[in-house]
Amino acid sequence: MSSDKTPLNIPLSRRSVLKASAASAAVVTAPMIIPSSAYGYANEPKGDSVTLGFNVPQSGAYADEGADELRAYELAVEHLNGDGDGGMMNTFSSKALRGSGILGRKVEFVTGDTQTKPDAARASARSMIEKDGAVMITGGSSSGVAVAVQGLCQEAGVIFMAGLTHSNDTTGKDKKANGFRHFFNSYMSGAALAPILGEAYGKERRAYHLTADYNWGYTTEEAVRTSTEAMGWETVAAVKTPLTQTDFSSYVAPVQASGADVLVLNHYGANMVNSLTSAVQFGLRNAQANGHNFEIIVPLYSRLMAKGAGENVKGIFGSTNWHWSLQDEGSKAFVKSFGEKYGFPPSQAAHTCYVQALLYADAVERAGTHDPCGVAGALEGFEFDGLGNGPTLYRAEDHQCFKDVLVVKGKENPTSEFDLLEIVEVTPASKVTYDASIFGGELGTCNSGA
Amino acid sequence: MLGLNRNDFLMLLFVFVLVAAAPIFLNPFPEGSTFAQFNAGYPDLMQRFLIFGIFAIGFNILFGLTGYLSFGHAAFLGAGSYAGVWMLKLLTINVIPAIVVSTIVAGVFSLMIGYISLRRSGIYFSILTLAFAQMSFALAASVLTPITGGETGLQTTLSDPRILDGAAAGTGNIPAPSLFGLEMGHSWKVAVGDWLWTFNVGYYLCAFVLMIVFYISIRIFRSPFGMMLKAIKSNNERLSYTGISPRPYTLAAFVISGMYAGLAGGLMVSMDPLAGAERMQWTASGEVVLMTILGGVGTVVGPVLGAGIIKYFENIFSKINDGLLEQWFAFMPDGLADFMVTIVHPFVGKGWHLSLGLMFMLVVIFLPGGLVGGVTGLFRRLFRRRSH
Repeated sequence: MSSDKTPLNIPLSRRSVLKASAASAAVVTAPMIIPSSAYGYANEPKGDSVTLGFNVPQSGAYADEGADELRAYELAVEHLNGDGDGGMMNTFSSKALRGSGILGRKVEFVTGDTQTKPDAARASARSMIEKDGAVMITGGSSSGVAVAVQGLCQEAGVIFMAGLTHSNDTTGKDKKANGFRHFFNSYMSGAALAPILGEAYGKERRAYHLTADYNWGYTTEEAVRTSTEAMGWETVAAVKTPLTQTDFSSYVAPVQASGADVLVLNHYGANMVNSLTSAVQFGLRNAQANGHNFEIIVPLYSRLMAKGAGENVKGIFGSTNWHWSLQDEGSKAFVKSFGEKYGFPPSQAAHTCYVQALLYADAVERAGTHDPCGVAGALEGFEFDGLGNGPTLYRAEDHQCFKDVLVVKGKENPTSEFDLLEIVEVTPASKVTYDASIFGGELGTCNSGA
Repeated sequence: MLGLNRNDFLMLLFVFVLVAAAPIFLNPFPEGSTFAQFNAGYPDLMQRFLIFGIFAIGFNILFGLTGYLSFGHAAFLGAGSYAGVWMLKLLTINVIPAIVVSTIVAGVFSLMIGYISLRRSGIYFSILTLAFAQMSFALAASVLTPITGGETGLQTTLSDPRILDGAAAGTGNIPAPSLFGLEMGHSWKVAVGDWLWTFNVGYYLCAFVLMIVFYISIRIFRSPFGMMLKAIKSNNERLSYTGISPRPYTLAAFVISGMYAGLAGGLMVSMDPLAGAERMQWTASGEVVLMTILGGVGTVVGPVLGAGIIKYFENIFSKINDGLLEQWFAFMPDGLADFMVTIVHPFVGKGWHLSLGLMFMLVVIFLPGGLVGGVTGLFRRLFRRRSH
């Protein structure tokens, strides 16, 4: 009802001409109802191009990650279409991709803003599927959003390649047959971090958790709690903080009086930058408690966060999915082509999104179709290497990737503005692998939307 | 006809034709053309036009007639949404219980909030409703996480009981909301030449509901009850001095408009079964105020029009990026094209709020009666000139 009343900045004459021609066309051509059987599956590409939907946060607490994800996707599209130096396509163990698009079709993309809100993210994904004909949706930097959009893609019958989402729920309790995650999860962070923390800080510690109040925060808190309590730590308190919070001083103030000597910040993105800054301003890093030095831990770390928090991250432990200083061939190739295009190294968010785009394209090539059920079949149980994380398995039971986890620490003497984290240990995949059934949930069956 | 005078009946007919044919004329540009970007005829957006239209019609019954400016109406939309999703989870995937129950729940909820808030009027009333809405938002986002899903939102799952149909246990897929087996997401696509029109089941369900509530709203506007509400707006004190207590009337208007909001929420989750807490945030409450003022406060069609415009901006203007702009201005010489892109850039894409804000300012300054007020004013002036 708004079309004829909305100012479209198009001269009226043009519109009326178009309308008139629409009317005459209606007379000339008989309307043709397109039966749904004309499409073998939802948004089957018909022409010489295929559209992918990149749904990333462009505003809100995770906007920095979103911007980097978009850069990575643009780079991936470039490489898939045969432009640029090919990046990780050259080091990828599967050789199905040849730089000629996907199945010979040129890759095009549309973008949307998730606003880091499940509602908005779903609306934006729906419009990409319904209006732009996207055959796959990928991206996002929040598990709340990932779970919401994954549910939508399952209903609509398109593949969802999760971006940065670290909650156990994404491939645990809320897993879906059409959804796939390359990123690691809270459980793996906890399992990888605990031994390092025990070694560095001892077995008798009292921890205070500040936790982002949504599914990622919950599972991260739980994972860190379980794994640290198993080695003798005690949890004093766990306080939930709203995702939209920007000033954390009221949450940090009670920490010292609580008798805790470790603060665990289950925060990500701008949340973590702000809460860590508050904690440092309150003097927590120089404080003594229970005869120990007071320590701060950030279970999920990224270079973008380290950059935002500046000096404050020095010596702080955390875990990460990938870091640009890794020296394997895949990482080097990716850092090189990303650096040449944008002038700085990629973040872990960029890495996982780039890899997901490549993995999807590769699965389509191997399956010979964009049909979600075919693609899912090609991804399930797929073992690959050369994408920066060493040998990796896409587990069929829950669509989760299993690979090595990096435990990192804020660098004491950074040599550049990007050299902020140092890798303390690479925990092998075997130590962070768990049984697929422990988080419950059902995968269901793949939906091709036909 | 239908108990309406000739003008109102014509208006109802006009809205009926507009809504019924929207899938056709919202796609004025052929597929694949440069301007296809401006096509709004896809199910998600068309459903949103109608759902927010219903929300705004209801809001207008309170604000347009009584002048009580509620800044917390999103709370009722949210309460309706949660009730709706729970019905889809617990009872049946059929949307009818979801829509009915969400309306009732929002009605009860608005009765409680209205009973307290309406003890004050003017700015104090607005602040009270705002405070209640923000309380509801905080509850939904955090405290009531087991019921609302917190910031993750509430979704349907495979393991939901759905006691009436127990559907989907065997298929391995979550059933989509449907009306007696007709899925809301189902569409018929019709191609005429290069044009592609999508006729969506969910859209026509929303259209059916909109026509009913629009009719009810016209009847309320023209009823003695509506007259009483207008009296409250024009002079509350005078009404009290004549011995009539305005509160039962304002409370009734408040509850009716709350139920409209709940109905909108119920429809929203029927189209897409997820309810997120941010639906209750104050920005969402502010949005419906904008819709109503933009379209025309106190007019019957104004709110629907305002809702359409705001949703159009939100979904279409926000998607125009620099790449597209460069394409549009490519015919100009290089320097000029760059200049145009730089000038237009802040008003599209992420900056769509800016163009909306400018438009809102222009409407408020030059057309105090909103767009509908402006158009009727224009007609009246033309008519007067002709009769001279």
